[in-house]
Formats: sequence, C-alpha cells, structure tokens
Amino acid sequence: MLNRLTISQLTAQLATRKASALEAVRSCFDRIGEVDARVHAFLSLDEPDAIRQAKQADGLLDAGKTHAEMPLLGVPVAIKDVISVRGQPLTCASRILGNYRSPYDATVIERLRAAGAIVFGRTNLDEFAMGSSTENSAFGPTFNPWDLSRTPGGSSGGSAAAVVSDFCSAALGSDTGGSIRQPAALVGCVGFKPSYGLVSRSGLVAFASSLDQIGPLTKDVRDAAMMLNAISGWDQRDSTSIPKSLPDYTACLSGEVKGIRLGIPKEYAIGGLDVEVDGAVKAALKHLERLGAEIVEISLPHTEYSVATYYIVATAEASANLARFDGVRYGLRIDGDDPLELYSKTRGAGFGAEVKRRIILGTYVLSSGYYDAYYLRAQKVRTLIRQDFLKAFEKVDAIVTPTTPGPAFKIGEKIEDPLQMYLSDIFTISCNLAGICGMSIPCGFTANPKLPIGLQFLGRPFGEETLLRVAHAFEQTTPWHKERPVL
Amino acid sequence: MASGDFNIQYVAHLARIELTPEEESKLGQQLGGILGYINQLREVDVSGVDPTAHAFPMVNVTRKDELGQSLTNDEALGNAPARANGLFVVPKIVE
Repeated sequence: MLNRLTISQLTAQLATRKASALEAVRSCFDRIGEVDARVHAFLSLDEPDAIRQAKQADGLLDAGKTHAEMPLLGVPVAIKDVISVRGQPLTCASRILGNYRSPYDATVIERLRAAGAIVFGRTNLDEFAMGSSTENSAFGPTFNPWDLSRTPGGSSGGSAAAVVSDFCSAALGSDTGGSIRQPAALVGCVGFKPSYGLVSRSGLVAFASSLDQIGPLTKDVRDAAMMLNAISGWDQRDSTSIPKSLPDYTACLSGEVKGIRLGIPKEYAIGGLDVEVDGAVKAALKHLERLGAEIVEISLPHTEYSVATYYIVATAEASANLARFDGVRYGLRIDGDDPLELYSKTRGAGFGAEVKRRIILGTYVLSSGYYDAYYLRAQKVRTLIRQDFLKAFEKVDAIVTPTTPGPAFKIGEKIEDPLQMYLSDIFTISCNLAGICGMSIPCGFTANPKLPIGLQFLGRPFGEETLLRVAHAFEQTTPWHKERPVL
Repeated sequence: MASGDFNIQYVAHLARIELTPEEESKLGQQLGGILGYINQLREVDVSGVDPTAHAFPMVNVTRKDELGQSLTNDEALGNAPARANGLFVVPKIVE
C-alpha cells in the first residue's frame, strides 16, 4: 500500500529502510494494473525504466544517501504528457506528434531526478492542454475515479486522476487557465499553479507562453511544498523564469493563520454556482475564521471580462506556438505537392476539433484588420485584470473562491458547446492572466453522488508561502484530503 | 470589431489547416458564437491603459556565450518523418 502514502510518509519509510523504492514502484504498477483500464489516467507506461530508476534509488539509500540531500529519493512521480522526458513518448494527447520521442529532459524533469524522484508514466490530457475535461484527448478521455461516468476535469485530468487513484505519490501538470487547479478540485486532490516565472517552462510543449506554468498535483499540502522545492527556480533555458532566491516551502507550514486577511471577491458570487459548492465554500470560510483568519470582502471589478480576455490572449499565443507542428521536422506528415499543401493536410489530419477551433480563433484575432480590435484590446483588459488583483493584495494576504462553479460534470455534457466549457473556467482563469499563484484543495463533497469540492486560494506574485500556510492549516483541521474513491 | 465578416475558409487557410466541409460549417458556427461572446470586451474603457504581453516582462535576457550541450545531428533528426544526408526532406519549394 506504499502507493497510498503521501511523499512525506513514503520518504519516512524509505529513510528507515522499512520499505524500498522498488516496492513503492511495484505498488504503483499493481494498482495501475488493477484499475487504470477503467480510469485511463495513463497514455503510456515504461515499467522497466521505472524499475531501473527504483533500483538506482535503493542503491543510493543503501549507500547512505539521505532525504536531506535528495528530498524525493525513491518517490514515484507521474508526468503529464506535455512535458518532455528523455527517451519517452510525448504525444500531447494529439495525433499530430505521431511516434515522437523526446530527445531531452525538460528542466523540471532534470530537477525531479536531481531530487531523487522516480519519473514514470505519461498522463492523459486534453490535446495540447486545451480543454477542461480531458475529453479532447485523441486517445480517449480519462474518467473521474469518484464516478466513472464523469470527467476528472482538465486539462491535467490524467495527472489528477492518477494521484487520487493512488497510481503514484504525486504528479506534474501544467496550468494555462486552471488546468491544474480545476481537475484537482474535481477529483479531490491538491493542485498548485505557481506564480508565472517561478518554474522553468523549458521542455514543456508551449500552449500559451505568457500563461503556462508547470505545477504539482499531490495528496496533501506538504507534498505540494516538497514538489515546489524540487522544481522551482531560475533556469537559463527559460528567459521568462525569474532570478530570485527561494525559500524552503515546507518551512511555512506552521498551522498558524491568526491575523491573515483573506479576501472574498464580491464578483465571484455568480448565478449558476452550485448550491452544494457554495455551501462547502461558505463552511470553509467559517472554519478559516475560527482558525483566526480575518475575512474581508474585496472587489475584482473586471472579473466578468476574464474569460473573453483569456480566449483571445491564449488562442493568439497558441496559434503562433502550434505553427511548429507542420509535418516537417517531427510527427505526422501527410504529403502534398508543395509545402503549403503538406502543412494544411498534416494539420487538418493531425489536430483535433478543439485545437483547430483555438488555432483558427487565435489566427483571426491576430489577423490584419482585427489585431487592434481583439488582441491589443484584450492585452489592455489583461492589464486591468492584473491591476484588480494587485490592488486587492494591498488589503488582503490571499483571496478565497470556489475552484469551480460546480462538481465534476458528465462525460459528453459540455463537449458540444465549447463556450459553456470555457465559462466553467471562470474562477481559475484570471490567475494566469495576472501571473499570480493559485491552488486548489479539497473542502468537502456533494451528497449524492459523492463528488469532491475544491477551495481555491489565490496569492500575490511569489506569495506561494502564504497560500501553503493557509491551505495547510485548513487541511490539517479538516478530514477532506484523506478521502479516497472506491474503485 | 465586426465579427459578421468572419470567413472560416480564409482564416483556416491562414492557419494552414485543411478543413472538411462539415468541419467548416460546425467550427464556423461555434466560432461565431464564441466571437459574439468575446465582443463584450468592447464595453470596457481601455483608454490610456497599456497592454500586458507578459505578467513580469523582462527584456534583453541573455546567457553567457558559452558552449553547452546540444543535440547531435542524429538526435535532432531522430523524429523526422523523412530525412536524407543529415537533412530534413521536404517537397520542392522552388521550380
């Protein structure tokens, strides 16, 4: 049952040699073999490679290596299939990458390896991380472990499902408009979106470069802090990573929230908010107040424009970033008589519907005659959205909201109506536009069916420690994070 | 900010994506709806507001001009759909 343990529990057992890294990896693969046929969290797995890494970790432990030196030594971590792992397939859940294998490790993978982690498995996602349900995967959806007729959210739905199904100790995802926090909320785990520039994007397949961040999905808040310790920091391979000295993110987990000021944005009281989600979030706020936090109403006046702004900025950047998938240097190629025909045929056959929708929208908002009216205007509204947050953070230390307007929705429920799918990202999207940090933690369940509810904390740029501290205090005095789906 | 003149065929051509007639009609309709929603940004007063391209803009980010590790020719071509003589093979570009 080593696969069920948090990172801190597992490393404690590995350190005393009560358990081996090999046993830990085997327990993950046993569990995957038992139930992943029903969950479909993984797109590919390389068991021999994982076992080789586990034996290496056990060798280091036998030789006296400690977790003070390598904090994740022997810990199995699953990776969203949009992050490069040397020698492993990289599909982005798209047909267009064909049989692509990564020739190098992403910086976050190098860092996980340096910390001793066992990097294994490629988790499912919406194609190129575009979506909120993992239904846009070219290789079939991932199913929510709490109710297999529902989505796990997305786009990091495979990583989220893998964490709560105990297929791994933790996982990496990426978050462009909520793709870590929303699935974390819908399956009941912890998901952390770091401030823009905290974690290197080198080796992450780019969707929207000014919004994308890699972050962890974990079984508890301490594990999120441990993962952040491993992956954060300046990288010369990412010119947008911020040169900044970083704290030990586990040092802030004091359980103390007295005097912390938490802001409740009045604009987030939208119609269409699920009654049980609303109830769970209100109860969570009461609980935080009892713990000593002060609750303050704040205003983020440009909230209603965030979805529209996002779908201009993100699609514009995507249309440029995805130009590289043209059938020339890697992946699928459908031949044509000239290069133009080769590009169009390859891209027409290789991309799925949502990716086509977004590339075409992004091309349109950048095209001659429309640039000023759409893209430039959206960039200006982005400034206003960012200013809303910076102003709010003069009054409060963190902002608290529901992560999603409702619990996990049914497979097929929203897939034919892209606008409705986009609108379900209303609470998570502004965070990326503003470049601030955000996280989702479990704060309750709906009654029937029993589905997880997520509580979102948003923090100042590089205010990760405040979020971790408040979330940890909440988690340690509530039972929600200990619940697991029956599979 | 007219979206009525959104021409799916033209924009798909700019994006170098071949669409089937069914896709053209379905995507065209969906994108029409999305553009209608996006048009609400017209309401926002953005006069005097600077655009944000990056939350934390940094300029002239350079690294030391030092030789580092890079892919070998073989690694770089390892995923190529067609290759010859250490190069990517593409259809003829000029007659």
